[in-house]
Amino acid sequence: MDGPRLFHQDRAGAELLIRGAHVLDPRRDLDESHDVLIRAGRIAELGAPDSLPAPPDGETLDGTGKHLFPAFVDPHVHLRTPGQEYKEDLDTGTAAAAAGGFCAVIAMPNTAPVLDEAAILGSLVDRARREARVPVGFLASITHGLRGEELTEMAAMRDAGALGFTDDGMPVVSAGMLRKALQYQRLCGGVVALHEEDPDLSGEGVMHEGAVSARVGLAGIPSVAESTMLARDSALAIYENARVHFQHVSCVESVQALAQAKAAGARVSAETSPHHLALTDDVVRTLDSRFKMNPPLRTEIDRRALVDGLRSGVIDCVATDHAPHARHEKEVPFEQAAMGTTGLETAFAALLTELVIPGELDLATVVERLSAGGALFGLPTPRIAVDEIANLCLVDLDARFEVGEDGYASRSDNCCFHGRTLYGRVLLTLAAGAVAFRRPMPVHDPTEA
Amino acid sequence: MPRHLISIDDLDRAGIERVLDRAESFAEVSGREIKKVPALRGRTIVNLFYEASTRTSSSFELAAKRLSADVVSIRSAGSSVDKGESLKDTVHTLSAYDPAAIVIRSPHAGAAQLVAGWTGAAVINAGDGKHEHPTQALLDVFTLRRRLGRLDGTRIWIVGDVLHSRVARSNILAFTRMGARVTVCGPPTLIPRGIESLGCDATPTIERLHEAEVVYVLRLQHERMRESFVPSLREYAARYQISTGRLAPGQLLMHPGPVNRGVELSADAIDSPQALIGEQVKAGVAVRMAVLYELLVGSPMLAAVA
Repeated sequence: MDGPRLFHQDRAGAELLIRGAHVLDPRRDLDESHDVLIRAGRIAELGAPDSLPAPPDGETLDGTGKHLFPAFVDPHVHLRTPGQEYKEDLDTGTAAAAAGGFCAVIAMPNTAPVLDEAAILGSLVDRARREARVPVGFLASITHGLRGEELTEMAAMRDAGALGFTDDGMPVVSAGMLRKALQYQRLCGGVVALHEEDPDLSGEGVMHEGAVSARVGLAGIPSVAESTMLARDSALAIYENARVHFQHVSCVESVQALAQAKAAGARVSAETSPHHLALTDDVVRTLDSRFKMNPPLRTEIDRRALVDGLRSGVIDCVATDHAPHARHEKEVPFEQAAMGTTGLETAFAALLTELVIPGELDLATVVERLSAGGALFGLPTPRIAVDEIANLCLVDLDARFEVGEDGYASRSDNCCFHGRTLYGRVLLTLAAGAVAFRRPMPVHDPTEA
Repeated sequence: MPRHLISIDDLDRAGIERVLDRAESFAEVSGREIKKVPALRGRTIVNLFYEASTRTSSSFELAAKRLSADVVSIRSAGSSVDKGESLKDTVHTLSAYDPAAIVIRSPHAGAAQLVAGWTGAAVINAGDGKHEHPTQALLDVFTLRRRLGRLDGTRIWIVGDVLHSRVARSNILAFTRMGARVTVCGPPTLIPRGIESLGCDATPTIERLHEAEVVYVLRLQHERMRESFVPSLREYAARYQISTGRLAPGQLLMHPGPVNRGVELSADAIDSPQALIGEQVKAGVAVRMAVLYELLVGSPMLAAVA
C-alpha cells in the first residue's frame, strides 16, 4: 500500500494575495520581491510587486518589508500523544509548529504507550485528522517498548501510515538488532532514524563531559558516546545498503564520522538542532534545567563543526527535537530534571539571531535546511512555484521579541531560549494550503487599492 | 557580601578574608565558658538536610545557636520530604515561618541555587551534590591561614577522588583565589576531564608530592571500587594512601572527614602532629558563625533591608 503518510484537519484552502513580500526559495533561486496569489490553497500566480489583482473573494496582505519562505518541515518533534497530554498534544503541538512557520512535523513514538503497534498508529491518525493544525507524520518504534529486544511489526505499521522507524530517546544498543531492522527495511521501506548514544559511555551523564562538567560537578556525557555509535551504524548502513537518518547530531566527532560515511557512499542523512547550533555547554554553568537535553549542549568547537556541517550539507537539515515537559518536571535540581527543550516556536528566530545576523550562515542556507527535513523521509518539499500547494511562511526579520513574553502556543514553557531577545517573527503560516497560524498584522482594505 | 552563599564564586578574595576575619572573632567566643552572643536573637534559621551529615549539620546548628538564633533542623528521613514532597513545596512551606536563613544540604547539584529562587531567606549551601561545599572550603582556608599566615604561593596538593568531590571543587576555587597553587592528584578515572580549567594542575602520581606544603586528602568511598573507578582498595592504597612515610617533614595534612582509616589515610598519618584534621573540625563552628553573621548582619545593604 502507499496511502497518505501525513495527517491533519480538513481546512478550507486559502484565498489570499500577499503583496510585495521578498520571496526567498533557495531551491528555485527565487530571491526578490513578488506578489503571490493563492487560490483554493494553491499558489496560482507569482507576479511583480503590485502587479496582481486582489482576489474578489479573498484577502490581501501587505508583505512589503517582510520575507516569504517555503514553510519549514520538522522531522523531529515530540507531541506527547498518546499518554502525556499534560505536556503537549496534537492540537497544542501543531499550534506551536504553525506559530514557528512549520507546515509539517514528524512525531516521535516514545509516547505512553509507545507507538509500537499498528492499532496505536490507527488511533493517532484519527486524532491527527481531528486535531492537527499542520500535517503530522509518525515514526513508529523499531523495537517493542523501545526496549531494544524485539522488532515491531514494521510492515504492518508502514501499511498503517508510518513514515519510518525510530527508538528515539533510546539508542538501539544491539548492533545485531539494528542490523535486522535494516534488513527488514528492504521489505517495508521507511527511513530508520537513530538516536546515537552508547549507554555504557553516557552512563549517568546529564551534560556534556568537559571543562564545564568538571566545574559544576555534574556527570558528563562524552561526545564519543554519540560518535562511536554513529560510526558503527554507518558501517551497518553501508553493509546492508540501508537508508538511515541520524537524529540530533551534536559533536565534531559525529560530523567527521558522518562525512566519512557519506564519502563512502552510505545512504545516510543527518539533522542537528537550533539549540546545538546556537548554544554551548557554557550556559549549563547556571545549572538551569532549561539547558538540560539529550544529546547535551557541547563546546564551541562542536558548535562550529555543526554550523560548518550544515553549511556544507554534511548535515542535511535542522530539526528542533521539540521536547515539551511540564513545569514540575523541570523545577527540580538539574540531575533530576527531564531532558529536553521546546523548539518549534523559536527555531527560525534563534537561527536568524545567533547565526545569520552574526554572519555564520546565510539566510538562504537556514531557510533551505529548515525546510529540507521532510524530503529525507519521502515527503514533498515545500516550494514557491505556481500550482504548488501553499506551504509558506511570512516572516518579519526585523521584529524583535523576548522569548516567552507573550507565552507559548505549546502547552509547555521549557524553552532553552526563554527570556532571550531574538529577531524574526513568523507572521503567517500556510500549511497544506490553509492558514494554520496568523499573528495580528495590518490588513489592506481592498477599497483603498 | 552577597545575599546567599551558594558557591565560592560568590566571594572575591576580600569577601573570603572578611569572613575569615569575622571567624577569628567568633573563635574567641567559642573559647569562652558561655559560648553565646546575641547577634541573631529572635531570628530563625532552618537547616534542611537531604543527606546524611555529622559535622556539617552539627556545626551549622551550633553556629546558629551560639549566635542566639532559633534553629529548626530538618532531615529528609521522617519528614514530608520522605513522603515525596518536592523541594519547591518544602521550601515554600518552610518560608512561611519567615526564616532569616535556610541552610541546605542536597545530593543534587544546583539545589541551593534553586532554593534561593524560591525563598526570601538567605540561602547557604551546605553541600549540593558534587558541585560545591563553600563553607568547608572557607574553614579549610581559615585553618591554613591560622597556621601559615597567608596562602600566597603555597603549594597545595589535593589527593584522591576529585571526580565525586564537591569539597575538591570549592577548595580548588578558594585556595587559588587566596593565591595558592593547587595540584590535583589521583587515579585518572577519578580526575574529571577538563579540571585544569579551574586553574589547577593535574597529575596521576604522587611522585612529586614532596613539592607540596599542604597535602589535602579526599575521602574514597567504597562503592568506587564496585564501579571500577579503582580496581581494588589495596591498589588504591598502594598508589595514593598518605602515610607518615609519604609525608615530607613539615608538610601539613588535611582531610574533610569522615576518614576511611587505612584507605586514603594510614592511622599513623591521622594521628601525626602534621595533621590538622581536628583543627578543621573546630574551625567549622566559628567559620559558619561568621558566614551566618556576614550574610544576615554584616552587610550594610542587607542590614538596611532587614
